[in-house]
Amino acid sequence: MIGTALLTLGSHWRRHPGQLAMLVLGLALATALWSGVQAINTQARAAYAQAAATLGQDRLDRLQRHDGRPVPLADYIALRRAGYAVSPVISGELRADAARIRLLGIDPLTAPPEANIPGLQDDGLDLTEFFAAPGVLIMSAETAGAPLPPNMPPIRIRDGLPPGAALTDIGTAARLLGQTDPSYLLVAPNQPAYLPPLATATNLLRLAPEHRADPAQLTDSFHLNLTAFGLLAFAVGLFIVHAAIGLAFEQRRATIRTLRALGLPLRSLLIAFGLELAALGLVSGVAGLILGYAIAAALMPGVAGTLRGLYGADLPGTLSFDPAWAGAALAMTLAGTTIAAAQAIGRTARLPILATARPEAWGQASARLMRQQAVLALLLLATASGLGLWGDTLIAGFAAVACLFLGAALLLPATLAGLLRWLQGRAQNPLAEWLLADTRQQLPGLSLALMALLLALSANIGVSTMVGSFRATFVGWLDQRLVAELYVTVPTPDDGTRLHEFLHDRTDAILPVVWVDTTLAGRPGALYGQADHETFRAHWPLIAAQADAWNRLAAGEGVLINEQLARFADLSVGALVPIGPVLRLPILGIYSDYGNPQAQAIVTLDRFSALHPDIIPTRFALRIAPDKAADLASQLRDEFGLPADAVINQSQIKRFSLGVFEQTFRITGALNLLTLGVAGFALLTGLLTLADMRLAQLAPVWALGQTRARLAAMELGRSVILGALTFALALPVGLALAWMLLAVINVQAFGWRLPLHVFPADVLRLLGLALLAAAVAAAAPAWRLARISPNRLLKVFAHET
Amino acid sequence: MKHRVLAFLFCLIAGQAAAQGFAGLGTTAATGFATPQSPARFAFPTDHGPHPDFRIEWWYLTASLTGPDGTAYGAQWTLFRSALSPDDAQGWQATQLWMGHAGLTTPTTHASAERLARGGIGQAGVTAQPFAAWIDDWSMTSRVTGNADMLDRLQVTARGDSFAYDLSLTATGPLIFHGQSGYSVKSAQGQASYYYSQPFYRLTGTITLNGADIPVTGTAWLDREWSSQPLSDTQDGWDWVSLQFDDGSRLMGFSLRDRAAAPFTAATWITPDGQSQSFRDGALRMTPLTHSRVAGREIPTRWRIELPDRGLDITASAINPQSWMDVSIPYWEGPLQLTGTHHGRGYLEMTGYR
Repeated sequence: MIGTALLTLGSHWRRHPGQLAMLVLGLALATALWSGVQAINTQARAAYAQAAATLGQDRLDRLQRHDGRPVPLADYIALRRAGYAVSPVISGELRADAARIRLLGIDPLTAPPEANIPGLQDDGLDLTEFFAAPGVLIMSAETAGAPLPPNMPPIRIRDGLPPGAALTDIGTAARLLGQTDPSYLLVAPNQPAYLPPLATATNLLRLAPEHRADPAQLTDSFHLNLTAFGLLAFAVGLFIVHAAIGLAFEQRRATIRTLRALGLPLRSLLIAFGLELAALGLVSGVAGLILGYAIAAALMPGVAGTLRGLYGADLPGTLSFDPAWAGAALAMTLAGTTIAAAQAIGRTARLPILATARPEAWGQASARLMRQQAVLALLLLATASGLGLWGDTLIAGFAAVACLFLGAALLLPATLAGLLRWLQGRAQNPLAEWLLADTRQQLPGLSLALMALLLALSANIGVSTMVGSFRATFVGWLDQRLVAELYVTVPTPDDGTRLHEFLHDRTDAILPVVWVDTTLAGRPGALYGQADHETFRAHWPLIAAQADAWNRLAAGEGVLINEQLARFADLSVGALVPIGPVLRLPILGIYSDYGNPQAQAIVTLDRFSALHPDIIPTRFALRIAPDKAADLASQLRDEFGLPADAVINQSQIKRFSLGVFEQTFRITGALNLLTLGVAGFALLTGLLTLADMRLAQLAPVWALGQTRARLAAMELGRSVILGALTFALALPVGLALAWMLLAVINVQAFGWRLPLHVFPADVLRLLGLALLAAAVAAAAPAWRLARISPNRLLKVFAHET
Repeated sequence: MKHRVLAFLFCLIAGQAAAQGFAGLGTTAATGFATPQSPARFAFPTDHGPHPDFRIEWWYLTASLTGPDGTAYGAQWTLFRSALSPDDAQGWQATQLWMGHAGLTTPTTHASAERLARGGIGQAGVTAQPFAAWIDDWSMTSRVTGNADMLDRLQVTARGDSFAYDLSLTATGPLIFHGQSGYSVKSAQGQASYYYSQPFYRLTGTITLNGADIPVTGTAWLDREWSSQPLSDTQDGWDWVSLQFDDGSRLMGFSLRDRAAAPFTAATWITPDGQSQSFRDGALRMTPLTHSRVAGREIPTRWRIELPDRGLDITASAINPQSWMDVSIPYWEGPLQLTGTHHGRGYLEMTGYR
């Protein structure tokens, strides 16, 4: 019996293949965006975990110099000769044009077993080859497939190595990188018996894994953003599905009534519906998975580029397939289908058998329902404001955004109705008045699609405003911060002294840059020593400062701290900030420090030298007439035999930083366009749903002398009006979203707050896109109306009698 | 990882481990390396130092110790050198690898430790003048002043997870050269090594066990050996002894077990005044008497040792049958108690038992 019911119900889809396609496509799109984003996130997390586990870096402590420079080989040998189980690593990046590879040179003879070195355990690797020149590089197939610098040793492909990295013997790394001193030392957890504690034997800095910058932590907010986008897209997709299923239900009312009248039990009917939905969900889910995989694969290189640029986190540029991901996405699709179909199924269950099979516009919301929605909406918006203003976690930030979206969407039908009524009162001719009244009459049927459009548009406005604000602020900030013309790094302190002599009469100012890794207010950070110079006084962007902050800094009376530290540790100007275990200094000012995930503090050079006499500057900022910078740069490279990247022109840094930045938001742009596309499709769905039912309203207007072409044009016009009105509502919602992103989520995720800039050109462009989407969505129904046989319009009257 | 590296290292340290059948690396003739030539010509102190053009080399010290309460202990200190290629490049490009083993045996316990290092950076190495051999914080350093042989006075230290020792050694006799004046044949096919010993050490020192220092006295024996390919294809293990008798005479003997033939044996008899006599294959007989279950293998821990030419017929019993060197490629090495025609103490090393 269920079989017959299924066949009967299924016949509907045979007669309406367009509807079927719409349903499948809607579900597929919802699944695709959600699963695509999830695929990217899963891949990224796996890559972080892999990178963290390489060389047991997630378990092993490290010894490194305070200034981050290599550990002198003699220091390493001294520790070994004292009996300590430490193992050297020489790591560094080799670049040649676009080709780059990060070398991880290890000493397998001393590496602790916990380092769990990948690639060497398996057979087939000749260890003589590994040790002796030219050595071998062990890397993943993907890394080997990417462009590599020339003259590399033989390559062995092994799984389990992070992308962009090659594992090799420390001797090979030393030769290729031209570096003798270990970059850092790994500390075995088990040290030999009867030794004094390691801390008494060395003044190197011992860093536990949890105190090192962890890409998984740094990139959390980025992935949370992606997830939010994915969920938004999923929700928008479900609007489509809801519309399609609702339409199918309305059109099958008669069939359902007949089936029930013929004796089909309600239970069987509901089972048949369930089976039908499950089948549709499964087919669409699989299609969505394929599509989602394609989207993720297309976005992956951009994401990888972004994360590398922003956080130095290496991701594979390609995607691997994860069955768990596919399963989760399918489950999500089925759950989504159920939610979207709940209303229709509920109505089927309550449908009186003997009621007339009169098609009524589905979701014909009463004025009362609209009022209830509006009240709920206002509550949600109030919650959003409260969370935005007083919430102080990332989750609260996202909850505020969710409340804002939901509230705005629920408020939409009532607001649109009000706006249309107001416009109607001002209409100049009866046709316009009819058009507006007719539009308002259609609102309930289109409201879900319009909500989807609203969400997509406001997300677009919000995100592009954030990106634009970020860019504007960031560029200005770079100009302020990178004020010196050249930045030079020399290999040894002796070279630093020599550099001073060399530059004495060649530059306007030589400003040493020294720093030490330490704790600031209990969290890992860096303390910088900075010369007192006009360069900094005139250009450094202080967001809050005591009067005379620079003079007091110069007098050694306190520190400047970055915004991140101030926010994370809840410090304000005048408070004392603990630096390292013993020192506490008053805060003279707070500076913005975008793009830096770490806490930072600045003291004068003198103060710094007093604290850390062992740290001799090897990095310098040079002031010189800009037109002489290039010449001096090449002189420096020749005179000191410096590699190209040891002398950096500020314009290079700016270009690089901006490049990173553009890359970062390319992915946001792509997701924006996709959600807008999905929303446009939702609108098309809604309009198609209404098209057939609206003949009863259109026929009299046609009979009054309006041509079908004119009616079709009005269909288009109405869609565009709705699009424009929705956009008008999306604008404040989008700006509110931008504010939340900049003032709440950014602060929680990154520790910096950005000023809000509105970019009218972007907004206008988006308005154009919204109108275009509305017009395109209405095009198909309008075209059908223009070509409809007059006979069908006449039939409307025939049926009336 | 470590296991693989060590397997590899051991392959190269053929005398120890080619025996155990690792890919034939140790028994494959190495290209470019020097091979021992007869007659051997030594120059000291230079030859106390490393010979990078030979593939493998070791400085091997075994010591029979006695505590204040008469308890017998044994200590081992070994530094192996293994060359990937016959050159002496410095820095990270060095191709000389080093491995240290240390053991400390009591009648009821046996502790072992291992250190690995590459040459060229100072973490491990040997210098001849003044003599010093070291890996990490383990060292064997000459305390000689004047014109005496560099090996006459040594300070030896090592440390493991649960033990440490610090021993002062003084030689009371000359260096002894095995085989034909230090050219020691290892098989009927003619594989050979350079091999000499300083078997005349008296020592005092301290051993540390589970945090407690114990003063000890005793005797010690230092072996110096280097080669490039000491074993033949069918030899798969060896049993080696160094014995110090109460009458002041000493014996070095080994038996190389052969899959295809009777064991190849050699021995050196050393008189109390430092005269030595080498015995060719067959003169020494080593017969297992009792096997013990050690680390899942059957290993002979009581032997009958006969050298009829010298009227020697003794039973050598392990002081601790569980003297298992639990290093990456494990072997048996521990002190002996000697009874029979001669009494005394000694050291036994056995490799290649599975």
